[in-house]
Amino acid sequence: MRKILLLWGLLCAVRAAAQPTFPLNGVADERDITYAFTHATVMRDGKTPLQDATLLVRKGRITAVGSQITIPADAVVMDCKGKYIYPSFIDLYADYGISGTQRSMGGFNWNAPPQLNSNQKGAFGWNQAIRTDVEAARMFNVDESRARSLREIGFGTVLTHHKDGIARGSGVLVTLADQKENLVILKEKASAHYSFNKGSSQQSYPGSMMGVISLLRQTYIDAAWYRNNPSAEGVNITLQTWNALQGLPQIFEAGDKWNAIRADRIGDEFGVQYIIKAGGNEYQRISDMRASKAAFILPLSYPATMDVDDPNDARFVSLADMKHWELAPTNPAAFEQAGIPFTFTTADLRDSRSFMTGLRKALEHGLSDAAAIDALTSVPAKLLGVYDQVGSIDPGKHANFIVTTGPVFQEGTQILQNWVQGIKYGVKEDAWLDIKGSYALNINSPKGNMTYTVDVKSGNAASVIGKDTLTARFSHDGRMVRLSFAPEKKARGQYRLSGVSNGTDWNGYGEDSAGNKLTWTAAIQTAAVAKSDSVKKKTAGRLGKVNYPFLPYGWTDKPVAQDMLIRNATVWTSDAQGKLENADVLVKNGKIAQVGKGLSDPTAKVIDGTGKHVTAGLIDEHSHIAASSINEGGQTVTSEVRIADNLNPDDINIYRQLSGGVTTSHILHGSANTIGGQTQLIKLRWGANDEDLKFAGAPGFIKFALGENVKRSSSSQGNPRFPDSRMGVEQVLTDAFQRAKRYESSLKQAAAAAQTAKKGTVVDPFRTVRRDLELDALVEIMNRQRFITCHSYVQSEINAAMKVGDRMGFTFNTFTHILEGYKVADKMKAHGAAASTFSDWWAYKMEVEHAIPYNATIMHKVGLNVAINSDDAEMARRLNQEAAKSVKYGGMSEVDALNMVTINPAKMLHVDDKVGSIRAGKDADLVIWSDHPLSIYAKAEQTVVDGVVYFDRQKDAEMRRQITMERNRLIQKMSGEKRAGGPVVPATPSYQLLYNCGEHFHSHGLLAIDLD
Amino acid sequence: MKQQYIHKALSLVVALMALSIGVKAQDNVYPAKAQTGKVYIKNATVHVGNGQVIPGATVAVENGKITGVGTGIATDGANVTIIDAAGKHLYPGLILSSSGMGLVETPTVRATTDIREIGDYNPSIRAIVAYNTDSKIINTVRSNGILLANIIPEGGTISGSSTVVQLDAWNWEDAAYHMDGGLHFRMPSLFSRPSRFGGFGRRGPGAEPEGDPVKRALEEIDQVKALLREAKAYAAKSSVAEPNLKLEAMRGLFDRSKKFYIHCDVVREILVAIDFAKEFGLDVVIVGGSESWQVADLLKLHKIPVIIDQMHELPTLSDDDIDQTYKIATQLQKAGVLFAINDSDSQHRGKNLPFNAGTAAAYGLTKEEALSAITLNAARILGISDRTGSIETGKDANIVISVGDILDMRTSIITHAFIQGRQIDLTDKHKQLNQRYMQKYGL
Repeated sequence: MRKILLLWGLLCAVRAAAQPTFPLNGVADERDITYAFTHATVMRDGKTPLQDATLLVRKGRITAVGSQITIPADAVVMDCKGKYIYPSFIDLYADYGISGTQRSMGGFNWNAPPQLNSNQKGAFGWNQAIRTDVEAARMFNVDESRARSLREIGFGTVLTHHKDGIARGSGVLVTLADQKENLVILKEKASAHYSFNKGSSQQSYPGSMMGVISLLRQTYIDAAWYRNNPSAEGVNITLQTWNALQGLPQIFEAGDKWNAIRADRIGDEFGVQYIIKAGGNEYQRISDMRASKAAFILPLSYPATMDVDDPNDARFVSLADMKHWELAPTNPAAFEQAGIPFTFTTADLRDSRSFMTGLRKALEHGLSDAAAIDALTSVPAKLLGVYDQVGSIDPGKHANFIVTTGPVFQEGTQILQNWVQGIKYGVKEDAWLDIKGSYALNINSPKGNMTYTVDVKSGNAASVIGKDTLTARFSHDGRMVRLSFAPEKKARGQYRLSGVSNGTDWNGYGEDSAGNKLTWTAAIQTAAVAKSDSVKKKTAGRLGKVNYPFLPYGWTDKPVAQDMLIRNATVWTSDAQGKLENADVLVKNGKIAQVGKGLSDPTAKVIDGTGKHVTAGLIDEHSHIAASSINEGGQTVTSEVRIADNLNPDDINIYRQLSGGVTTSHILHGSANTIGGQTQLIKLRWGANDEDLKFAGAPGFIKFALGENVKRSSSSQGNPRFPDSRMGVEQVLTDAFQRAKRYESSLKQAAAAAQTAKKGTVVDPFRTVRRDLELDALVEIMNRQRFITCHSYVQSEINAAMKVGDRMGFTFNTFTHILEGYKVADKMKAHGAAASTFSDWWAYKMEVEHAIPYNATIMHKVGLNVAINSDDAEMARRLNQEAAKSVKYGGMSEVDALNMVTINPAKMLHVDDKVGSIRAGKDADLVIWSDHPLSIYAKAEQTVVDGVVYFDRQKDAEMRRQITMERNRLIQKMSGEKRAGGPVVPATPSYQLLYNCGEHFHSHGLLAIDLD
Repeated sequence: MKQQYIHKALSLVVALMALSIGVKAQDNVYPAKAQTGKVYIKNATVHVGNGQVIPGATVAVENGKITGVGTGIATDGANVTIIDAAGKHLYPGLILSSSGMGLVETPTVRATTDIREIGDYNPSIRAIVAYNTDSKIINTVRSNGILLANIIPEGGTISGSSTVVQLDAWNWEDAAYHMDGGLHFRMPSLFSRPSRFGGFGRRGPGAEPEGDPVKRALEEIDQVKALLREAKAYAAKSSVAEPNLKLEAMRGLFDRSKKFYIHCDVVREILVAIDFAKEFGLDVVIVGGSESWQVADLLKLHKIPVIIDQMHELPTLSDDDIDQTYKIATQLQKAGVLFAINDSDSQHRGKNLPFNAGTAAAYGLTKEEALSAITLNAARILGISDRTGSIETGKDANIVISVGDILDMRTSIITHAFIQGRQIDLTDKHKQLNQRYMQKYGL
């Protein structure tokens, strides 16, 4: 039996499967042989062990499995006593056999020349990153060296696709057999793939996360519209193939917890449930993952242990990075506990051999064996709809299974063989037989026969017992055996024996020290007693907690609204009541209940406000925090992109700004183009997810921009993108709204036409008119459903923009920056625009040469609604002080100055019915200040949003101590792993990515990387 | 203020616009004539600059010098100007310890910037010769009480020499207050910056060459040391046949007549800076020092002062105390390190210096300590404390009067300023444009 096993192993490597259509070079070699694997523990679906079972395989398929199987007489029988058989693993996120690697995507580059159109030649769509025409099956080539490395870790089937682009076409399901491509493809078009990364496309659009999302949304819309064969579009292969792919499982590479939510949201809009390729940090928001109802493909790569022994290196490693290092292996367990379906991929592993290490680590961190095996077998098969073919050991399925020495995940278990489509691939066959034990060695030399006992301890350790116990040099690889030893202690010479192993029966040839030839045999006398399987399951030990957000100062217990009564404070109402001395503010159920003197409430927590000042929470009209991208500069008009699509709640600046009294921030698109993206108003609810950060009920806004940035004055390579002057900017505005008007009227016409054709039915004008997300937003502006905040500096451009608005019938709600607003304040007033400006920035670029710190005061005096904003993550912590500068420069009253960061921006943003002043019924967004709120010495002691205290200076002090302790614990833990001999990588500083709209030259700190 | 001046794309048209816009404004703001007669400022709350406050005091000024400070100073005599500062606060003129003012007018317009020279080692470069006294920035800065500034070159590893200027001058020679007082060394970064970023918007600060950047930086530092060794040998020569411009410019370092300003931030860099001071006996000043609080004791031990370049900065790490940058000054003060507070913010161009100090006062310093960091201690660090930095008899009459606390923007309204006894015109481009449009609207 053994002989057959080993010989056949050699044979299969050279035997090519016959394909009927292929000419044969030689003689036909069809074989119809059944293989019977007997006495095995068969893990049929991975979980249910069939003890002492038989598995029959014929012509690449499983024909029978069970304990009462009759073995056909002509079967090749393999005794698998003590062995385990599992269905082989399935990886849904491979790029096996597909060449061409993905390039990573950069953000908007102010200096680079744009590529405005697709470089793909042919009847394809307009965007090079939508590659639905790609068919992985056509690109696929068997790659035996990679196949082998995957087989060695237990995989038999992979879904592979071309990892390039935002839409990546179809994936192909293949086995890892070393056969002609025709035979290993199980499903030619098995899946459709998507990502947020435009890959090799150098086309400028999309240049941001929100641009990618918009492109996907528009493509869904276009593809649906294209089904009606609109003649104007002609043949569009990209949209055609997009439609053709929709029936397949849709797999989206998200790679991060927030991206997973973003992808799922796109799917929800278009009735698609993606399978999401995760990044490894999803445990940090597991309930959001569950809410997506998606299945996930999880990587098993974890952050490497950093060398933090040098405190100068450790200094720049953030607590969040260290915590993630510790908790990343809990990710699979978190999915299991949350009841979210998941599978694993080897995709992110640098070395596929670390797969099992990673998996065992996940098991140590709470993942169950049963869930792990499902995740590798039945779950991926079911997700692809191929469970009838692979994913378990059942009759009719492909004979894709592995034979192991024990339970597959157990430390020390070896994969012996990996059978793919009924073909055996040896992995570690020398471990098939346990050769440990005591052997009788007979040496037949010219001097006579000698006998020794050889005590074999392992494949490379043995001792020889004659007169003395002698240490021998020994090796046994399953086929060949080598042994050399001195005949007795202190003897000079050596026996050098070499032979062939037939398991535990060896014979061979050798020489003694004198050079005499000899022959020898050895056979096992007593096998070593196998140690009982008392492998103790390792556990992870003490771990830190997940906090929200996953940053220092995050909370573990969700803060809740509390009723509170602030007593005897100076209350700056930012309302008709003005400033009240010795006044009280009562907060109930997240709202301001009462403002006045001598208030009381039996249940509210009383806060002594003596000597303190209370203001409404500050509102920052212009901010770029808490977002993953800010500028979609790929085109001049990008009104389709939305900041809301890429909010990032993991921004420490939310907390830092709370500490400066900010409670509401308007997150704007950048200023890279004339018509930028839709903005998002957020409340600084520290620890909330992206959806809960949003200011509910606030009307939509959009960012426009004029001047130097949009004409790309800073580009070092010239600017081929229209506009290149303020003259062109004016035309861009005019043209965009002209197009929007035409669009709106054609929609109305289409609706009317449809209505007359078929009376009484609901009509969808988008059946005939292509829905255009870009123009939708502009139509909303004209219908006052969306408002503009416009980046602007010099008087000419401000005036010109307003004239376009007057002509086209829309208003510039807000001019932001507006540093020459004082020159055209009268015209702005006539137009109906508000102004949101900097207190004293100037001379950082050409168009701000006339900026003056009296600007806010003049505009205020002319009668404009004026706000002071930050556009700066640092300065937003001192927004009250920025407002105070108008007292210094312009002599503005203190109440008016404070209003510029409270009620004025609230009015500008059309949320003054909810926030911006201290008035009964409004949201309890409040700041308790230690001092006069316009003074540089004032500190926010507590900052309250919706009645929830999100910042408390006393609690902050306590958290600092905890952060220090937690940092120290993790540094010690990392150092411990290094001392224990674990691999380490150099400490990587934790950089902070900061976005702004291109106005910044000053430093944000050592680790800050300013991005546009 | 590191990257803003490297923008290369500039059209001549834009450059010409810069000139034409600025022609009118400020040209009628004249530098003041030398002081004649005596000036007495009465009834002021005098903040001396050394921690002392004298309420209801008089400051006497004659021939550009302070001739008396205190109560009970007689204010009579001929040719006397009396300023009643009742209810007001009197301070030494504020000092901006590190600034590119006069070298950079509009950072994005290359034609208006003269702050970087080609080459890594430029010890012979002198900032003062390019200092433009007609910059429109200057008047807006001094109208916030800043009367002196250290004008420094940027760029390269050894950038050149800085000069302290007074901000009321016809030309750079008039402006120079302490000529070529220090040489500026910008230490290569000793912590690894990312060489490559993937994904959205993740552009690193430029492509880095291969290899360990820290190791590369250390090699560069060795080159600077080698240069210093040669400069020291050169300085020891009794006579030089053919002067070497670069080595000549470094001569003053070794007799400590010239300071060695080392621009650096992280602990490793600061340790190297200390090493420079020890090995070459240099008069080292650290500029930047955002991590200096970590090794404040060592700085105290080696008597190395720090110019905190930017108070209004985000903390280094998300883990850091949210107010860490605001309290560096307090940490240095407690350790006994001599420090100055600067304002390098290129969005305001330095005029918020008093509020940077005010922030330090909000986060731990006393107001007078914070004031010292922008007056007397700044003067000490720059080597001009024998002439200015405090309201003391014998010093130059560099004086500012404010309606209230100068460190708090709520009350920091400057009514008078004197440079070397000359009462300067506090008009600036901002005020002129303000007036122009107040007029338009009839306000």
